[in-house]
Amino acid sequence: MTEYSEDELEPIEIGTLPLDAWHRARGARMVEFAGYHMPIQYDGIMAEHSWTRDQAGLFDVSHMGQISLTGDGLDAALEAIIPAEVSSLAVGRQRYSLLLDEEGGILDDLMVSRRGPDDGDDIFMVVNGATKYDDLAWLLDQLPDDITLNLNEDQALLALQGPRAAEALAQIVPGVDALFFMQCAGFAWRGNALWISRSGYTGEDGFEISIPADAATDFADALCAIDSVKPIGLGARDSLRLEAGLPLYGHDLDPAIGPIGAGLGFAINKKRRAEGGFIGHARVAREVAQGAPLRQVGLSIEGRLPAREGAPVFVGAQRVGVLTSGGFAPTVGAPIAMARVEAAYAAPGTALEIEVRGKRLAASVTPMPFVPHRYHRQGGSK
Amino acid sequence: MSRYFTEDHEWVDVEGEIATVGITEYAQGQLGDIVFVELPVEGATFTKGDDAAVVESVKAASDVYAPVSGEVLEINGELEAEPALVNSDAEEDGWFFKLRLTDASELDSLMNESAYDKFVASL
Repeated sequence: MTEYSEDELEPIEIGTLPLDAWHRARGARMVEFAGYHMPIQYDGIMAEHSWTRDQAGLFDVSHMGQISLTGDGLDAALEAIIPAEVSSLAVGRQRYSLLLDEEGGILDDLMVSRRGPDDGDDIFMVVNGATKYDDLAWLLDQLPDDITLNLNEDQALLALQGPRAAEALAQIVPGVDALFFMQCAGFAWRGNALWISRSGYTGEDGFEISIPADAATDFADALCAIDSVKPIGLGARDSLRLEAGLPLYGHDLDPAIGPIGAGLGFAINKKRRAEGGFIGHARVAREVAQGAPLRQVGLSIEGRLPAREGAPVFVGAQRVGVLTSGGFAPTVGAPIAMARVEAAYAAPGTALEIEVRGKRLAASVTPMPFVPHRYHRQGGSK
Repeated sequence: MSRYFTEDHEWVDVEGEIATVGITEYAQGQLGDIVFVELPVEGATFTKGDDAAVVESVKAASDVYAPVSGEVLEINGELEAEPALVNSDAEEDGWFFKLRLTDASELDSLMNESAYDKFVASL
């Protein structure tokens, strides 16, 4: 049997992450991803997916880039590059933002937070693993010389996600449950400094934990000693984020689409949309005014046959788009997809067809997320 | 009845001129949770090596090739309602299709069970 949906290209050298031996000892099946050996699954993607929706799943996302930035005039310098309003970002708050090229195409998506004097007194960014070196080069190129960038390659990054994540993490990191969604703070565990944000990539409540690499194995053991916590692989991470309607860089996002077409307009506030002053603003302003010609949309698919990335989308004989992500959604119990379609076919309810191996599957544009988010928002009902 | 195996992780049970085809326990384990099996139509004819079926797991789509040449006599309709049968019973109830062999000599190039076990152990 030959799998043709997975990337079989291997880089010359594949990196090893701090928890590599830990994953293997726990029976993970390892694959190459973003230049590293990473666990795709332990018990099976369906079981791991459901565990994360019901309990708490521990994800190793140490391949991601953790960048700290310091220097005089940092806020203004960053605002010239990213469309987030950095000047109003308080200590202990996190925002979702983007790196855009001169044409307003998306180079990467990222999280940006501000850390206080006790936690490094810097701006902390988490960027995608596959793009981190390009991001660093881009930032170095764009930022003035008095800004210092540091890629923290001696830090591991773990995510604990699911309805029992807060209760589990608070058992070993007391006080962490006081954070709300998109808040972050420094904590300590056995003498190690942790930087923890209440956020993630599953649509569930949860946390991302930056921890010194040499403490990561013991920390993962301590979490997995709690009954509600199990390690979860990249396979379930992908099905969880797809159900949550969260785009994946290199698939749903790339330089051919801008923030408005990608449905990420929420990441650019009114002031920054109006005043601009960041790379790529012209396209944002134009697409806010006129609409984006191509739009990222969610698709519900009839039947049981999954449609995958790359499958063309049709209205009758006319090709109107392409799937950027797709697969079977375990919580939904049906295939779902994200697609990039011409704007005329992006309205919810629009009937489309997806071609899979010469067959047409009926699909319709559906608002995302496919599974409701359950974030622990400040002032929320939970 | 004799059972043969391919390097593409299919098994073939042969009884007279009828061959029943499925994927091996090893293959289903590698694929993980199977959510859809696309089977050929009855009456289709295959030359050895043709694309005969597609297995969709949560993570990927995988081709299943015709291990021998023949005409499709019957497909396993159970898999439509319950594709996970391939996970739970790959080498019996999770069979894919039955072929009428057109060239029984093709079986000579396939492996027997002990050769296949050695092949899997070497992977």
